[in-house]
Amino acid sequence: MFSLLRSMWLVFLHTFHKRETYQYPEEKAPLPARWRGRIALTRDPDGGERCVGCYLCAAACPVDCISLQATEAPDGRRYPSFFRINFSRCIFCGFCEEACPTYAIQLLPDFEMAEYDRQNLVYEKEDLLINSQGKYPGYNYYRVAGMAIEGKDKGEAQHEEPPVNIKSLLP
Amino acid sequence: MEAHYWWVIGGVLFTLLNTAAGLIWLERRMLALWQDRYGPNRAGPFGILIVLADTLKLFFKEDWIPPFADKVVFVFAPAVVVASVLMAFAVVPFGPNIVVADMNIGILFFLAMSSLGVYSIVLGGWASNNKYALLGAMRGASQMISYEVFMGLALMGTVVLSGTFNLGKIVEAQRGMWYIFPQLLGFLIFFIAGIAETHRLPFDIPEAESELVAGFHSEYSGMKFGMFFIGEYLGITLISSMIVTLYFGGWLGPAFLPGVIWFILKTFVFISVFILLRASMPRPRYDQLMEYGWKVLFPLSLLNLLGTAAIKLLIDK
Repeated sequence: MFSLLRSMWLVFLHTFHKRETYQYPEEKAPLPARWRGRIALTRDPDGGERCVGCYLCAAACPVDCISLQATEAPDGRRYPSFFRINFSRCIFCGFCEEACPTYAIQLLPDFEMAEYDRQNLVYEKEDLLINSQGKYPGYNYYRVAGMAIEGKDKGEAQHEEPPVNIKSLLP
Repeated sequence: MEAHYWWVIGGVLFTLLNTAAGLIWLERRMLALWQDRYGPNRAGPFGILIVLADTLKLFFKEDWIPPFADKVVFVFAPAVVVASVLMAFAVVPFGPNIVVADMNIGILFFLAMSSLGVYSIVLGGWASNNKYALLGAMRGASQMISYEVFMGLALMGTVVLSGTFNLGKIVEAQRGMWYIFPQLLGFLIFFIAGIAETHRLPFDIPEAESELVAGFHSEYSGMKFGMFFIGEYLGITLISSMIVTLYFGGWLGPAFLPGVIWFILKTFVFISVFILLRASMPRPRYDQLMEYGWKVLFPLSLLNLLGTAAIKLLIDK
């Protein structure tokens, strides 16, 4: 009996407590930097696309919501000719981000993606590409990878040694 | 004289039905307050228009009668609860001279009408032809009938003290001292029985949504469910106003406010206590409830009646 009265009293004291609610549309909750929200394709420090169209994200996606087509630019850079994410299927698991070898695909702290029309949830490449390096500023895939593109030959990447001449017998 | 009565009846009905609707909002806001939330605060000032939205929603819901139900009884049952509670309000003195029926058997009338409320639960649960509804109805019937016993016995303490069944006269008899002081035990028993009678939390065993879907009104939808809903809120208001009338001096109070205002204020306090109970209490098991009633409250209420009567006799000698 006493414990019941005590719990009533303790609940009553909550009258004077601060309320925990965020008044959402007016007052936004702070989202953590690693929040897995809207998916975006980020860019190099030079402004080039990071995505090289390797399909690893599409393979990793458990709900198959990513589709893309890789192609190659005249300068030797690979890029997706189209890149489509169906957000009505996406479960925001972040596997695509983990799979991405070039930090191109990233999940951002933004969840306000509601649409009246389901079709609008299918994001095309121009909707996904953002003018930002996302969570990895300064990372430039083609500058650290050994692949030759126009203006950067084999052996010219950062920390890369010149290629070995396999035809030569000299040490 | 005739015109006066129509005004009283109209005013009482208007106030009660609006109170019952307003309690939807009040309860949700107060529960939210005690759970450190806001509750409905979007529609209108402080979200009070949630009442309007909720009512409209109830009206536009599909009013489905299950094909396996006993249709006549199914439709009839929700009306009983509202009707019986509203009838019981006829004897409640809201203020000096503001009472629909100034009966000399007011308390008996109140008990009779609140007993009729059981029919709504039993018939509703039975006519639904659904096992959960039936279980809820069974629980409701035994709970309400059991608790009515000591509810009545607890009331008798005030009747002994005031020597009348007339609620208005009982209020008048409390001019010297509110009956909460000589009848503290009676008040506690009446209050607990009142919670069980309105089958409110923690004694909402007929509904018990964690065990019985929604108990006796599992199959109800639309405005029929709304009637049960309103009946429950009216029941809270009725028990609160009866507590105020019997133990807290009804409309008596310092003269700077009219009697009706005092009555409303006091009733509001007890309605809040009902909501606080909902916010803080766990639901007892069904057998615990019955055991508690018959083994603790019943002897206590008898003792209370006996003691009150003995002391009254002693003093009168």
